Amino acid sequence: MGDDSRISNDDVRHVARLARIALPESRIEAMAADLRAIVAHIDKLSSADVDGLEPMARPSATVNRLADDVPGPSMPVEDLLRNAPDVEGDYLAVPKVIGGDSA
Amino acid sequence: MSTIAGTAGGPRDLTALRDAIRSGAISARASVDAYLARAAAHGELNAYHETFADEARAAADAADDAIRRGSHAGPLAGVPIAVKDNIATRAGHTTCSSRMLGNYRSPFESTASARLLDAGAIVLGKTNLDEFAMGSSSERCAWGVIRNPWDRSRVPGGSSGGSAAAVAAGLCAAALGSDTGGSIRQPAALCGIVGLKPTYGRISRWGLVAFGSSLDQIGPLALSVRDAALLYETMAGHDPHDSTCSDRPVERVSESIDESPRLRVGIPRQYRAGNAPAVDAAVERAADCFRRSGATIVDVDLPLTDLGISTYYVIAPAEASSNLARYDGIRYGHRAAGADLFEIYARSRAEGFGEEVQRRIMLGTWVLSAGYHDAYYVRALKVRRRITMEFDAAFASCDVLLGPTTPTPAFPIGGRTDPLSMYMCDVYTVNTNIAGICGMSLPAGTDASEGTALPIGIQLQAQAFAEPTLLRAARILERDGGCSAALAPQCA
Repeated sequence: MGDDSRISNDDVRHVARLARIALPESRIEAMAADLRAIVAHIDKLSSADVDGLEPMARPSATVNRLADDVPGPSMPVEDLLRNAPDVEGDYLAVPKVIGGDSA
Repeated sequence: MSTIAGTAGGPRDLTALRDAIRSGAISARASVDAYLARAAAHGELNAYHETFADEARAAADAADDAIRRGSHAGPLAGVPIAVKDNIATRAGHTTCSSRMLGNYRSPFESTASARLLDAGAIVLGKTNLDEFAMGSSSERCAWGVIRNPWDRSRVPGGSSGGSAAAVAAGLCAAALGSDTGGSIRQPAALCGIVGLKPTYGRISRWGLVAFGSSLDQIGPLALSVRDAALLYETMAGHDPHDSTCSDRPVERVSESIDESPRLRVGIPRQYRAGNAPAVDAAVERAADCFRRSGATIVDVDLPLTDLGISTYYVIAPAEASSNLARYDGIRYGHRAAGADLFEIYARSRAEGFGEEVQRRIMLGTWVLSAGYHDAYYVRALKVRRRITMEFDAAFASCDVLLGPTTPTPAFPIGGRTDPLSMYMCDVYTVNTNIAGICGMSLPAGTDASEGTALPIGIQLQAQAFAEPTLLRAARILERDGGCSAALAPQCA
């Protein structure tokens, strides 16, 4: 870890892009400082002896039960579309995607 | 006769109110009216985002009718509760106290609230929180800060601060919260009430807006241990909508809460460092109470306690950054104007999310990004395993762990501005979630060293699915150790 945890303003701009957050230029410096302070604390993890341990993504007693693949009732389309910012008929409306999209 | 649980001359808790409603001594309608009036009169606390006055009154009338006719009334018939606003309800909005979801109306009911409604409970409204449950003070709510009913210049804790304030002020008989790293237990401690974080997978997360999916759990905030037990057992159990929800049978414990098990109580030495003196004294009093009850006190070693915050602030933001990717301004939530999809996503998220949520998404994205994934995320998951193993070893020699819920009582609003000092509030609570075990906070007296008397919380933790032991141990402290909840003095 060590030097890796130096988070530059450019790193913040890169991560903001990955996270799809249009972080204004005026907040980049403060965000970088916050992240550096938090990561300096998180770096305590490097002191832990984890040799031979498997990563644990969820509590060990967790079940993960697969449901039978049986069709059931769906939520009504009009209920789901009620929260949509922009709708055309039964469809979610978005700007033209094909051609010229930078995402 | 007062119809507000916890007030002078009123029923002492939700269970007593339920009994009074069932016997006809109190009408559900009178109780709902009184609670709604108090909620309106205590608007300065900002505990509620919205209340459902018309629906609640209609439900109360229906409950009274059913009781008068002698027809089967559910175990919670007519009892007024509140629901944290990150739990989906068909009534009203589900905003997560975020501008992103300011107008969002859930098309479905969460399993937890549905089970309470099925049992006859009446939802008075939705309570405010730190946006998306990310915070320990309830200052990061898009609808304004929430105030502690014991001292309005102080925070109620978070993120379930609205639920805790509402219960402590008598604005509902109990409330639902969610706990990802302490968000039920810490505000319960700071507001002088009971808060239970059940075992991971014990209560369905269906309808709980996802924050850290391997950590999140719904639970009750209440005025007594038996109330917490009653709400817990009503909500717990298998749900086909949540594949991580356990199908183990749920032992009903509320009516046998006074069966005192022969306990071995472990006190981790790492839980004794850096606390306010009054907090350490409260833990000592609880230990004495357990000793008098015949329990054995065991010294326990949890050397990784200190690494909990570091581990949590990798895993929780990583999961949050993934979970919150769904807020893209397309299907629901705030949409900003933009020339193309990228611009819509990025501007919607910049406008819709508050500062702390953005910070955690950024942190989570960073620890998962190329070059850091193994060093931070995978390493944190390995430390998680060690923390879990350490708990397993501790529970070989004891049944419950005793310690403080938080190092200090409630701090002033605006008192912790840098993110890390806020994160440290949860030093004793995050490991419960990291390991997926159960824990609860109990009120344990007050600390008046800063002028006003402020509640102190002590925490008990037990193994996964050991809620019956946890609750009965808590009941010993409540009955014999002075650990009983009370409404905040100005609200009693």
